[in-house]
Amino acid sequence: MKRSIPFAVAAASALLLTSCAVGTGTQNTDDDTEYDPSAELSGELNVMGFGAGDEIAQTRYDLAVDALGEVDVTLIEGDLDMQQFLSSVAAGDPPELLYANRDQIGSLAARGAIIPLDNCIEGEGIDTSQFVESALDQVTFDDSVYGIPEFNVVQLTMANESLLTDAGLTIEDVNGSDWDAVTAAAEALVVNDGGLSVIGVDSKLPEFFPLWAKANGVDLLSEDGRTANLNDPGAVEALEFAVGIYEAQGGFSAVKAYRDSADFFGSGNQYATNVLGSMWMEQWYLNVLNDVSPDAPMAFDTFRTPDGEPLAFASGSAWAIPAGSSNPAAGCRFARVMTEVDSWIAAAQARLDLRNEEGTAFTGVLTGNAVADDQIREMVTSGGEPWDSGVEAMYEANDNTFSLPANPADAEFKTIWQDAVNRVLNGQDDPQTALDAAQEEAQSVLDEAWASMEE
Amino acid sequence: MSALTLDTRPSVERPARRRARRRNVIAALLFLSPWIVGFLIFTAWPIFYSAYLSLTNYDVINSPDFVGIENYQRMIEDPKVRLALGNTLLYTLMKVPAYMLLSLALALLLDRAGRASGFFRTVFFLPKMTPPVAVGVLFLLLFNGQSGLVNSVLGWFGINGPSWTTDPAWVKPGLVLMSLWTVGASVIILLTALRDVPKDLYEAARIDGAGFWQQTKSVTLPMISPTLFFLVIVNTIGAFQTFDEAYTAFFGSGNTTYSNDAALFYVIYLFQQAFQFLHMGYASALAWLLFLIIMIITVIQVIVSRRLVHYEGGSR
Repeated sequence: MKRSIPFAVAAASALLLTSCAVGTGTQNTDDDTEYDPSAELSGELNVMGFGAGDEIAQTRYDLAVDALGEVDVTLIEGDLDMQQFLSSVAAGDPPELLYANRDQIGSLAARGAIIPLDNCIEGEGIDTSQFVESALDQVTFDDSVYGIPEFNVVQLTMANESLLTDAGLTIEDVNGSDWDAVTAAAEALVVNDGGLSVIGVDSKLPEFFPLWAKANGVDLLSEDGRTANLNDPGAVEALEFAVGIYEAQGGFSAVKAYRDSADFFGSGNQYATNVLGSMWMEQWYLNVLNDVSPDAPMAFDTFRTPDGEPLAFASGSAWAIPAGSSNPAAGCRFARVMTEVDSWIAAAQARLDLRNEEGTAFTGVLTGNAVADDQIREMVTSGGEPWDSGVEAMYEANDNTFSLPANPADAEFKTIWQDAVNRVLNGQDDPQTALDAAQEEAQSVLDEAWASMEE
Repeated sequence: MSALTLDTRPSVERPARRRARRRNVIAALLFLSPWIVGFLIFTAWPIFYSAYLSLTNYDVINSPDFVGIENYQRMIEDPKVRLALGNTLLYTLMKVPAYMLLSLALALLLDRAGRASGFFRTVFFLPKMTPPVAVGVLFLLLFNGQSGLVNSVLGWFGINGPSWTTDPAWVKPGLVLMSLWTVGASVIILLTALRDVPKDLYEAARIDGAGFWQQTKSVTLPMISPTLFFLVIVNTIGAFQTFDEAYTAFFGSGNTTYSNDAALFYVIYLFQQAFQFLHMGYASALAWLLFLIIMIITVIQVIVSRRLVHYEGGSR
């Protein structure tokens, strides 16, 4: 009897392990659903990662729910919780629809966690030619579209006109079109008398390193998502320059601490209190500034390359259908309605009405849908200068975007280049050493991820 | 006849006693069953299964693919493992002594606080109720090198405080200082131990002419040494598992600070591997390495404690 106990434990263990392994089996990514825009749909639609928090979301959500007829829609609100999503996939009970950042799509697609949307796009009649090209690129993996993009985030040059004028500078000196001029402006604008009291220019590292590299002619990742170019001489030069801006102002440590202490979303923000000369920032901050400090002495432009061309590093969200979704047809239609032109126009109208009631300007929305963007641009109302110039710059940036292509190791790739930039910022490495090491690590990770996917 | 009686009585009583004992065991197991079932499902099984996953290539979505000891070999070559272990070890070496000294000092003060003791017990324990995520955010505010309260206070004494949140050399000391915020639980446990020290020992010491420090050294510390030992072990394990505050401050949503290397603690790296990079097999192997390290350190602490810890009933 005693001898049989270890055997029984071992047998039970093996059984449990085997049964658990079966329970987390490979998802079926074949999509044989029939997508038909006129079909009557039913069942449930659980949407993970999306919340109808404002009029832009609520208006489109109402239209999407209407289009689903009898389908019972439930929102699992809040930003996508990857742990929650993966657990649901592993348990064989994923949500029917997923709302994710576009830079998460590649990893999820490579692992079969979401299905290709080719049938969905064709069946529901989604016109992908309307989407902003860089947004569509970001959700296209292995020649299939895995996400329906929405929203586009771009960067603008945002500067304090008063500080520029006092220093004899203009927005052209700090928009990135002349790197020597940017460094000179940083030195001219910074005030550091024993302690930093005015930041001259903030190059927004590490997050905007891809923007600086692209401005210098380098894509950090090849178009097919397989080859890293982190230690390309152009990328190294870009990093040296962007880090040098901080060094000209007493080092990144001081700038970052000062930036973190700012009342970023309040009326005492860095521009309103004249403690920041210039930085590059996502376009939504223009609306924040307009709301909380309409009298701030602002000047706007796009980010510009050394050739003077506008450029923006695009990001945004996307709708994806998880593998094992119990109602992909409903998910597809929901995504289609949320991102179609009419829905965006209705949402923009709702915001315009709200702004008119408040007596404030409607500054537009970047939808990720180029056709919708063009029509909404016509609806924009004047808020006077400098805000109109800001809106103009936003649309110009939106027409000149790039993105990092989808790949099976997007989270690791991002961590690797950010860590490399961080090591330079904190003085651990020089740009060449940091990027050489990052290149080796990134290429190894990419090779392994692609090989694992293609096994 | 009497011999016959002696022979038969045990044979009649033994089965009855055995039945009664069995009934007691079954009753005890039934009462314990909610905990036992919970333990088996939510603790024992994940531990057991993670050992299996550590031998696989598993991305949470697809079936685990058995790879033998490949994950353990990869750990040896992974520079981030060394970095994270180094950070965690340094943090532990700084935090545990600081935590213990402050806990003991506050407990000794509270022990002498008389009626006010209850009020201060509550005050010291309250921060423990603060969610760790809030502590992480608070850390960024209080320890901001430019405008934080900590540097402002240091400034009153003419000290130019460091950039706690952005200078990699000061990130870990800053987090250690912030962790002292939650010292209350240890203080309460130590206070309970202090209250259990027999008063006649102090009287005897005083009669022998011992002052406060001598009483503390010769009476208090030996008498509460089992509690101190318990807290050292628990706090060491806790320090090795540091995650929430550092993750919120340096790795949370949108927080791409430049001090990531300095704040990359072992469990944060484990979390990244598991849920950001979807390397659950590798993360499981990392978890087992951590378990092994904590076990070794705990065994060392137990061995060392045999010389230092005094149990009233004799050594254990």
